[in-house]
Amino acid sequence: MKAKAADFLIYDEATKTYHENPEQAVRDDVEKHYWLHVGRTILKDWRLYLMLIPMILVFLFWRYFPMYELLGCFKVSDEVLPVADQLFSGFSYFKRLLVGGDTLSLEFWRSMRNTFLLSFYGLCFGFPMPIILALFFNEIKSDIARSFYQVLTYLPKFMSTVVMTSLVTMLVKQGSLTTGMGIVSQALANLGLISREVANAGLLNNPSFFRAIYQISGIWEAAGYDSIVFFAAIIAISPTSYEAAQIDGAGKMAQLKYVVLPSILSTIVIMLITRIGSLLNIGYEKVLLLYNPNTYVTADVVSTFANRYGLMGAAKGLALAAEMMNNVVGMLLVIGANTIARKASDVSLY
Amino acid sequence: MGKNKRKLEISELIFKIISYTLLTVFALCCLYPFVYAVSASLSGRQAVEYGQVVLFPKDVQFDAFARMFNDNMFWNAYSNTLFITFFGTIWALLVAILGAYALSKKRLLFRKFFNFFLVFTMWFSAGIVPQYLNYLATKDVFNSIGIMDDKWLVVIAMGMAAMNIILLRNAFEGVPSEIEEASIVDGASEFQVLTQVFIPMCKSTIATVALFFAISRWNGYFWARQMISNTNEHPLQVFIRLRLEEFTDSEFMAGWNETYASDSVIYALIVCSIVPILIIYPFIQKYFAKGTNVGGVKE
Repeated sequence: MKAKAADFLIYDEATKTYHENPEQAVRDDVEKHYWLHVGRTILKDWRLYLMLIPMILVFLFWRYFPMYELLGCFKVSDEVLPVADQLFSGFSYFKRLLVGGDTLSLEFWRSMRNTFLLSFYGLCFGFPMPIILALFFNEIKSDIARSFYQVLTYLPKFMSTVVMTSLVTMLVKQGSLTTGMGIVSQALANLGLISREVANAGLLNNPSFFRAIYQISGIWEAAGYDSIVFFAAIIAISPTSYEAAQIDGAGKMAQLKYVVLPSILSTIVIMLITRIGSLLNIGYEKVLLLYNPNTYVTADVVSTFANRYGLMGAAKGLALAAEMMNNVVGMLLVIGANTIARKASDVSLY
Repeated sequence: MGKNKRKLEISELIFKIISYTLLTVFALCCLYPFVYAVSASLSGRQAVEYGQVVLFPKDVQFDAFARMFNDNMFWNAYSNTLFITFFGTIWALLVAILGAYALSKKRLLFRKFFNFFLVFTMWFSAGIVPQYLNYLATKDVFNSIGIMDDKWLVVIAMGMAAMNIILLRNAFEGVPSEIEEASIVDGASEFQVLTQVFIPMCKSTIATVALFFAISRWNGYFWARQMISNTNEHPLQVFIRLRLEEFTDSEFMAGWNETYASDSVIYALIVCSIVPILIIYPFIQKYFAKGTNVGGVKE
């Protein structure tokens, strides 16, 4: 705000003198005693600020203090000293990971690549499925039949990650001398989709199947539940739009293209942008539960890499550096995606 | 015109047939693993080990379930999960409601800063290793003040989500200010305004958020396994995973001489962990479905 002369002095017509503007005096006072005013306001509303305290403490202790620990990626790792007292080592861990040229650096690049690829395939295969499901749900006019189908497809969402991965592990487990292989491997082998030897060795032990298993189990788990938001957008379309299109001679495909798709486009864009924003935030729990040393080639992501070196191994600094890079790139993606969303649709995700 | 209409009807019919067929296939694919899990947990050893169970149980036995129900560790794990889910949800909800209420007030000083404080944790999370170090330090602090039960660490320190607080804040912001002013005129204190006006008016959002918290508590695995050192305190998810690792170990399998397959026990465990959720599903379904619609938050 631009300050005007009248803000400071007022010309009094009657006495032909200038007075100090009383409002400015208050403003000056506020400026001079800014923290005093803050204190007074807080005291007046102390209950409100008291309510904030638990939330702030929880986030400070268990969200922000870890970020401080993360700064250990610039320090010589030392278990005994706190982060602040450790020796500064600059970017040596980053250099080692990025251009180290040894197996460790190769492993890091592999985990970066896997993180990106798992998310990217999820975007390609996992993202369209709920939309297609929602279109199909819309075809079922009977409410009872539709709820029946919907409940069936939501069902897998109720499993925890552990139960889901346990079930997957059991369904594609390897065969041995005494026991047969998992029922899904068996079915795939019987259908001739995979050879019996491959199925018998266990699909989860085979790196070329990990990504497929990860994506298919993801679709199985979430497609039904994720379709809710798209279905809500589709049923919001007024029936008159369809009628108008029909009068114009639009077939089913034309109706989908010119009526349904434009109506749910904004929902699709928002969901897509959210998805792109969390491209690097892969659910490490699921990977940790499904992978094993045989499948590191395709399954190892940055979080599991950090887990292996930082928690189970002793290379804490390297693990921290790996996570730092992953998180910074991830944050840039989130902020970028959110900016685009705001520009494109007036809807901010956060 | 008539020809056009027939063409239209045919295209509608074809699409309808396709959608019914594919939906049925997908729904069956969703359902099949559960049916198979139930059947396999009830079938005899021969049938399970040689892959003869396809849809219905064969040589029905209940020993796998009996073995689990007689396992004290199983009941222990179940009660630990209930404990963590119950207290964890209450704690998270308490913190979230109080914080969201304060944040929803326009008169709050540094409101922008506090919002950023929350949202930043959604953009940037520290990662596994720093979190591990942090929880380890917290565990030391908890132990030093006499809380030896690591379940409390899981309850207090984990499971808070900024998104849920923002959902609540938006709901509270939607309450008309006239109602709040009226209750203040009637002499309500800040706390009474919250408990007697805001909470009843935002009941469904609170239920949704509570459900989100409860689900994340019920499903929590990784940190519970890392942080709870006493096996008697392990929640169900950790118990299931440890059993799976134990029972698929080849050495363990070689020494297996029961009348039922070791796989049956795992399947029985899976069934037992899903059944209670299926029982309460009809009651929570409304809020569960609502959750996705509030995902896109307007500022």
